[in-house]
Amino acid sequence: MKLALFADIHSNLEAFTACLDHAQALAADRFAFLGDMVGYGADPVAVLDLVEQHTLEGAVAVLGNHDAAALGRPVAQMNANARAAIAWTQAQLGERQRAFLQSLPLTARDDNMLFVHASAAAPERWTYVTDAADAEQSITAGNAHYLFCGHVHQPTLYYMGSGGRPMPFTPVPGVPIPTAAHRQWLAITGSTGQPRDGNNAACYAMFDTGRERLTYFRVPYAHGLAAQKIRAAGLPPRLALRLERGA
Amino acid sequence: MSAPGEGSEIDGFRLGELIHVGSMASIYRLHGPEGPLPLIMKIPRLGAGERAVNVIGFEVCRMVLGALAQSIHYPTLVAYGDVETTPYLVMGYIEGARLNESLGRAPLPPQEIVHLGSALALALHELHRQDAVHLDLKPTNVLYRASGEAVLIDFGLAHHAHYPDLLAEELRFPVGNWVYMAPEQIFGVRADPRSDIYALGGILYELATGRPPFGRPRSVAALRQRLYRDPLPPRAIAPATPEWLQEIILRCLEVDARERYASAEQVALDLANPSGIAISARGAKLRRDPWWTRLRRRVHATHFEPAPCPPPSGRPPQAQIAVVALALRETDAQLREALLAAARRVIAADQDCRIACVTVVPPAATLNGEGDEFTATGRHIRRLVELRRWAKPLQLPEERLTCHVLESDKPAAALSDYARMNDVDQILIGASASTAGARRSGGACASIIAEAPCNVTVVRPRAED
Repeated sequence: MKLALFADIHSNLEAFTACLDHAQALAADRFAFLGDMVGYGADPVAVLDLVEQHTLEGAVAVLGNHDAAALGRPVAQMNANARAAIAWTQAQLGERQRAFLQSLPLTARDDNMLFVHASAAAPERWTYVTDAADAEQSITAGNAHYLFCGHVHQPTLYYMGSGGRPMPFTPVPGVPIPTAAHRQWLAITGSTGQPRDGNNAACYAMFDTGRERLTYFRVPYAHGLAAQKIRAAGLPPRLALRLERGA
Repeated sequence: MSAPGEGSEIDGFRLGELIHVGSMASIYRLHGPEGPLPLIMKIPRLGAGERAVNVIGFEVCRMVLGALAQSIHYPTLVAYGDVETTPYLVMGYIEGARLNESLGRAPLPPQEIVHLGSALALALHELHRQDAVHLDLKPTNVLYRASGEAVLIDFGLAHHAHYPDLLAEELRFPVGNWVYMAPEQIFGVRADPRSDIYALGGILYELATGRPPFGRPRSVAALRQRLYRDPLPPRAIAPATPEWLQEIILRCLEVDARERYASAEQVALDLANPSGIAISARGAKLRRDPWWTRLRRRVHATHFEPAPCPPPSGRPPQAQIAVVALALRETDAQLREALLAAARRVIAADQDCRIACVTVVPPAATLNGEGDEFTATGRHIRRLVELRRWAKPLQLPEERLTCHVLESDKPAAALSDYARMNDVDQILIGASASTAGARRSGGACASIIAEAPCNVTVVRPRAED
């Protein structure tokens, strides 16, 4: 079974559809959405409707901090641009999109896989997994062989090394990584809609459960168009610049 | 878990004789209905009391060998069993003599050291070219085929830049053999191909003198001596060692990885072309460095900082790679000049671009005759030297110029595969102006244009007016 994973789409329809097309060309059977579907970008409704369509066909989706903020729930640590984008997003969402977001859980489990937006250790606190200690806490709390998450907009793979502590690994796009089920893995797939590692191509990952291989992908997309939409919507221009820079 | 015996069957493979028992695994020859197959099965020893590193070694070997392109320089992975149920690796059987057998006759004459050393260096280069590092190079892990090529075996401790390093951890005990271990490996650095070059230096030293450069350390303190204590120069032990050979050996054994050879290929080239080597004090010395130098080094060693690892072949997205495909049989000097001019234009247009000089040769059929020039290694090196000679006028620094000799019957397919694997942006290929040359190269040109995954520029020498 080939599972396509998307995190931090952030209302970026161009990036999202480019990655969906890429995943479909590789015969993805299942889809998982790891939170922050909205915020920052200019197409919250289109993105949410597309995600909801997938969940009706069996896809997994979990709630991110920007999604929670869009529902009016109190979320700390948001900068001015993020809050402005959320305020604008709230005005765009209709009843259907709100109901869909409200239905989303913080975590979802399937067999030996766990899906969460930020960290499995206190998901509602939206902790960033930035080092081995954070990864260890998330892995321990998650209690799964494969923990898929987002929130950090940089593709990383943490694996349990022989010393018992998680080791970070920066994946090479397109290279299938053997991820044997007898180890524990924490995969941050990178952001589909707002990459922040200096590369403006959209991120997503594909997990082949039969072969136990995880591949990270970078998919170039029309970031100029997405940026233009952000400016046209009156959102903070810095958010448009971030898409062009990939930072 | 009881050990399997000869005659037992695992996953349809029938085990023949037990040919080797190592510290981490046992190796059996595989049999078919008509007798032995050219396959072996390596089974890690995982019973109670066996070290956990055996499991990881098995996984690492499987991961790294599975990722490498097929080559004569290391075993081909044919099949493997799951580590949780029945772990095993099935690989091609390699007929050859282990390097430690030659070591038994050391000190060896320089010509034989060149022969063994350059073959080993080329095998290492093939590995490093694919972003992998062996990290456990020792005489029992090197075989030599009858045709002369070196084969690296036992990848249980290897590192591959594209995959998570299962052996990386806060190491308390440096993992690997301690005789040929590089200084940075003692500190847990596992991503530097120059660590293999250090081990190569240790092996060359032992071939030249009959003993390893730092003995066989039994404690971490003894292991750390190589951080500040230089080895006894080979010429002090074996006075017949030429200065150029000592220069090569001691350069490989430099403590700071930046002072060693940057690539194994360069070691092979220097071994085959001693007249081109600049002999420094390092090559001529007959004694260890004086006590005050050692004291200074010892103080520095307490703050030893491993040199930053050279980045794997992933490059910044803007940098281009241009391949210049050279037909070395083509003797048209004007065509070579035209290709040089075209290459210069590419370099002028892009300050970061890299040039790869590539030539395709038919695979080594049976080569007759004695002497290095008739071995596959000798031929490979000769071609590399020619490529470098062609590229010299470009005056590119080492990191922007690479030379490769590809062995294939189908030049177009080999070049296209190379271009695909290395994300090449354009291929420059020469088309001869003379009719005889055109007939020879025209077919190849057309196929390359048809099959290449990138831009192809056909270069012709300017017609004489």
